[in-house]
Amino acid sequence: MSYDYKPFEFVPPPGLTATEPRHNVIIIGAGPVGLALAIELALHGVQSTILDDNNVVSVGSRAICWSKRSLEILDRLGVGERSVTKGVTWQVGRTFHRNEEVFNFDLLPEAGHKMPAFVNLQQYYVEEYLISRAQELGVDLRWKNRVISVSQHHDFATLTVETPEGSYDLAADWVVACDGARSPTRAMLGLDFEGELFEERFLIADIEMPGDLAAERWFWFEPNFHSGQSALLHKQPDNIYRIDLQLGWDADPEVEKNPELVVQRLAKVVGHSDFSLGWVSIYTFQCRRLRSFVHNRILFAGDSAHVVSPFGARGGNGGLGDVDALGWRLAAVVKGLAPRNALTAYDHERVFGADEDLLNSSRSTRFMSPADGVERLFRDAVLNLAGRVDFAKPMVNSGRLSKPCVYPLVAPDADLPADARPGAVAPDAPIGEGWMTEALGGDFVLLVLGCEPPNVLVRVVVPDVTEIIRSRYLGDQTQAMYLIRPDQVVAARWISASAPDIEDAIQAAWDGQLCN
Amino acid sequence: MQLNTNTNIKDSDDFYARLLSAHHGLSAAQSHAFNARLVLVLANHIGDAEVLEMALLVARDTSVDQT
Repeated sequence: MSYDYKPFEFVPPPGLTATEPRHNVIIIGAGPVGLALAIELALHGVQSTILDDNNVVSVGSRAICWSKRSLEILDRLGVGERSVTKGVTWQVGRTFHRNEEVFNFDLLPEAGHKMPAFVNLQQYYVEEYLISRAQELGVDLRWKNRVISVSQHHDFATLTVETPEGSYDLAADWVVACDGARSPTRAMLGLDFEGELFEERFLIADIEMPGDLAAERWFWFEPNFHSGQSALLHKQPDNIYRIDLQLGWDADPEVEKNPELVVQRLAKVVGHSDFSLGWVSIYTFQCRRLRSFVHNRILFAGDSAHVVSPFGARGGNGGLGDVDALGWRLAAVVKGLAPRNALTAYDHERVFGADEDLLNSSRSTRFMSPADGVERLFRDAVLNLAGRVDFAKPMVNSGRLSKPCVYPLVAPDADLPADARPGAVAPDAPIGEGWMTEALGGDFVLLVLGCEPPNVLVRVVVPDVTEIIRSRYLGDQTQAMYLIRPDQVVAARWISASAPDIEDAIQAAWDGQLCN
Repeated sequence: MQLNTNTNIKDSDDFYARLLSAHHGLSAAQSHAFNARLVLVLANHIGDAEVLEMALLVARDTSVDQT
C-alpha cells in the first residue's frame, strides 16, 4: 500500500523517574476521537495527555466516510481543509439488486456550505493530520504507554501505565476513555454494553487499483458475482478502494482471510485481478452502547461508548459528535467555569445521539442481513418492487448515512426555519469572505439578524442578511436572534430578546435539559 | 382513480420497522395469515376496484424468478 507508516518515538515519560503532579485530563487512545478531543480541549485552553498503547496511526483504512458535520468539526480543529483536499468528495450512491440498479441517491450539494456532504479519507490520514495539529498545540502525546489498571476515587482517578521501560502511576481529575470498540478501560471497570448482537460476518479489504472508477458509493444486494450476499464499494484517495463483502455467519474467518481466496472474491467484484491487496479484516458487529457515558471521573467517547454496524458511516462520525458535545463542557468544568453536572448534559445528549445511530444502524443491518422467515420475505419483496415502483425505493436500506442528530432541547424557540431550531447544528452559509461555521463556535455567540444587538456579555455576530441567510435563519420573519453554543449547536432563538433572556438561555445551555 | 406508486409514507424506515415488529413472535403460518388479513384490511380501505386491480398487477411480479 502506498501509505508510509512512520512509527512515533517512545519518549520515557517523567512518571518513570518521579511522581507526576495530578493531571487535569488524561485521554486513553490516540485514535480520531481521542486526538480530536485533545485538540478541542487545547483550543479551549486546557492541556491534556494522551496515552496510546501503539506507536503508529490506524493500520488499514477503517473509518473512511466523513460526513459534512465531521468535516465542519475537523475544520474548527484546524484540519478540515487538508482533509477535504486529500479526500475523495462523493455525493452519488447507487444500489443494485442482482446486477440491476434499483435505486440511486444524490446528496445534492446545496449551494452555500463550506463543506461537502461526504468525503472519503482513510483513518490513517485523519489521524496523521490530527497528530500534527495536536503536536502544534502542545498536546502531551505518549506512545507505547498502555494503561493496565484504572481506579476511581472520590474526585480523581488513578492509572497504572506500562511502557517499554517499566510501569508508572498517574492521577487525573478526569480520564476520557477513547480506546475503541474493545475498550480495555470499559473492561477494567467491569462495564457492559447493552443492545443487539448480529450474527453476520463481513470481509473488509483495501485494494490498490489503477484506473478511475467513479467517485460513488456502490452497494449490491445479492449480486451475481457474490451469490445471495451483499457487497459495498467505496473509492478512497491514492487509487485505493474499500470493499465490504457479506460472508454469512457460517463463514470461517481463518479460511476467509486467506489472501488467495480474498483476491479471487474481489476479482469478481471489480471484474479483473489487476490490483494489489492491502489491509484485510473479517468483522462481525454489534449495535450496542454503555448505559451511561459518564462514570464519576471516567468518561467514555466514541466506540468505547457505543458501537454500530459500519453501514451508514456512524462510527467515526458518531465519535466526532461525542467530541463536539464533550470538549467545551469538559474544558469549562476543568477551568471552574461550569459545574460538574455540565457533564451530565454530555451524557444525555450523546446517549440520545447514539440511540439514533443505533436505531438506524440496526434497521440497515436487519434489511441487509434479514432473519429467515418474515424479515427475508419483506426484504425480498421490497427489492423486487424497488426496480419497478417508486414507493419501494426509499424502503431499500443499505445504510442511512450519518447526519447530526437534533437534540430535543428544552429552550426558547420561535416561528423560524425548522432546520435551525434549538438542538440543531447552526446551518452553514457564506458570510462576507468566509463562512458561518467559521464565525460560530469556540464560545457562546449571539447571532443577530436584521436588528440591533442587545447589550450582552457574549460575542455578537451580525452578518448581512443575504438570501441564503434569510432562507436558513429567518423564513418569513424580518429579524431574529440565535444563541449558538461553543459546539455550533443552536441553544435558543427569538424574534426579539432582552439581555436577561439571553443570560438565562446561556445558564440553561450549561444544564442542557432535554425533553423526555 | 390511479394507483399511487409514488412515496406516500412519510417515514419509510419507521413503517418498515413497525411492520416487522408486528410479526414479532409469530410462527411462519401465523405470519402468513397475518399478511393475508392485512391485505384484506388495506384493500377494503382502498375500495376502488380499478386501483385494486392495478395493485394486483404490480404485485404479480413476472420479471423475477419466484422462490
